[in-house]
Amino acid sequence: MSYTRIVWAHLAKDLRLEWRSKDAINGMLFFSLLVVVLFSFAFDPTMAVSRQIAGGILWVALLFASTTALNQTWTRELRHQVLDAQRMAPSPASALFLGKVLANFLFVTMIQVVLGPLFIIFYNLHALGQGWWMAVVLPLGTLALVVNGTFFAALSLRTRNREMLLPLILFPVSIPALLAMVQSTSAILTGESDPGLWINMLAGYDIIFMTLCLLLFETILNAE
Amino acid sequence: MKRTLQFGLPIALGILAIGFYQAMYVAPVEATMGEIYRIFYYHVPSNTMGLLFPFLNFAASAVYLFTRRSNPSLAQAADALALASAEVALVFLTIGLATGMLWAKPVWGIWWTWDPRLTSCLVLWLIYVSYLLLRRFTAGGQTQTLAAVLSVFAAVDVPIVYMSIRWWRTQHPSPVFFGGPGAGIDPHMWPAVLWNLTGWFLWGVMLVTLRYQLERKRQRVERKSALNALEAEPQMTP
Repeated sequence: MSYTRIVWAHLAKDLRLEWRSKDAINGMLFFSLLVVVLFSFAFDPTMAVSRQIAGGILWVALLFASTTALNQTWTRELRHQVLDAQRMAPSPASALFLGKVLANFLFVTMIQVVLGPLFIIFYNLHALGQGWWMAVVLPLGTLALVVNGTFFAALSLRTRNREMLLPLILFPVSIPALLAMVQSTSAILTGESDPGLWINMLAGYDIIFMTLCLLLFETILNAE
Repeated sequence: MKRTLQFGLPIALGILAIGFYQAMYVAPVEATMGEIYRIFYYHVPSNTMGLLFPFLNFAASAVYLFTRRSNPSLAQAADALALASAEVALVFLTIGLATGMLWAKPVWGIWWTWDPRLTSCLVLWLIYVSYLLLRRFTAGGQTQTLAAVLSVFAAVDVPIVYMSIRWWRTQHPSPVFFGGPGAGIDPHMWPAVLWNLTGWFLWGVMLVTLRYQLERKRQRVERKSALNALEAEPQMTP
């Protein structure tokens, strides 16, 4: 079987599982909705300043929501020793990782499709900069969250209190990505500065960490 | 360990004593800040060591990852070194951040500012805390591999953090409080700087060596008890 077909097999399996249970999507959707509502109590969203803080709130909500789902993404592989079967399979380990990343990417993108309009309504937003740049920033930012998140979820899979460990190791490493997402979103919403630098940085971050994760995933999978 | 203490402790303490004397009594008073600037002689060495030992941690982790299958005994030593240097780096970074805040309050009037260097140090500190937490939360043989992988991530991440924070701050220029001694220091201050740098470097090397030897001892004890358990088993089940 070719590499792409193995990746597709992993991806299709994850999508089918999610289609039947809808655990991750429902959980993430409600969680991020709650975060958006809670933040609008914490900061007054009717003010003009909401345009400046909205980028930060959007990405922090997505970061928290994806952490809750990423914790589950590998746990379902532990049941019935599925993960041990994956490790014995002759297919490359990085294909398993890539399939998982693509599945998680699709889930988080679906959340954004629902959350985006709600966000615009709740915070009375309309972009003063080039709004269509968001179509570049959102996928790049999601990829940055999901690549490292999926990797660190696999890394903390067999540890004590793994639910706790994932954010503790994911957030410090994600600080530059989060900075780039928030800065580029704010630049687009306020129209005060050019988001180009931050978008380039986000793309660079994605490429660097995607490569690193693909190279090191086999080490993580077989760490005993 | 005894030998490290016998030789390392007097040398390191001696040089630190000279450094203390140079910093407190010999070095001239700084023009704008007065006596308070003398914390500089502790702040700079701590931060230098806090940036130096992460390199050792990364190098040892890379050695571990490359040799863990081919040469397990070397890999074990490399892992002990990685753990020791990470812990000592964290201590130095904590001291560097704390002395920085103590210095900033009287001189700048604030405890903290989100300046590129302060923020980068804080992020480095956060990454090393998460590294040690990972080591604490994992059990058995996987700790070393997972920690080494996280160390590689940290090494890749830190330059990105530094660049991104510099870009962040150049977009929002922060008020300049004062030029800082980085613009060049009085030549009479150099002896105190060098003595303290050497002293704290030796102190750090001694701590890393002690921690390394302790970890090696722990590894030996663990291996021995595992062997004992294997040998004892046949007698327990006749």
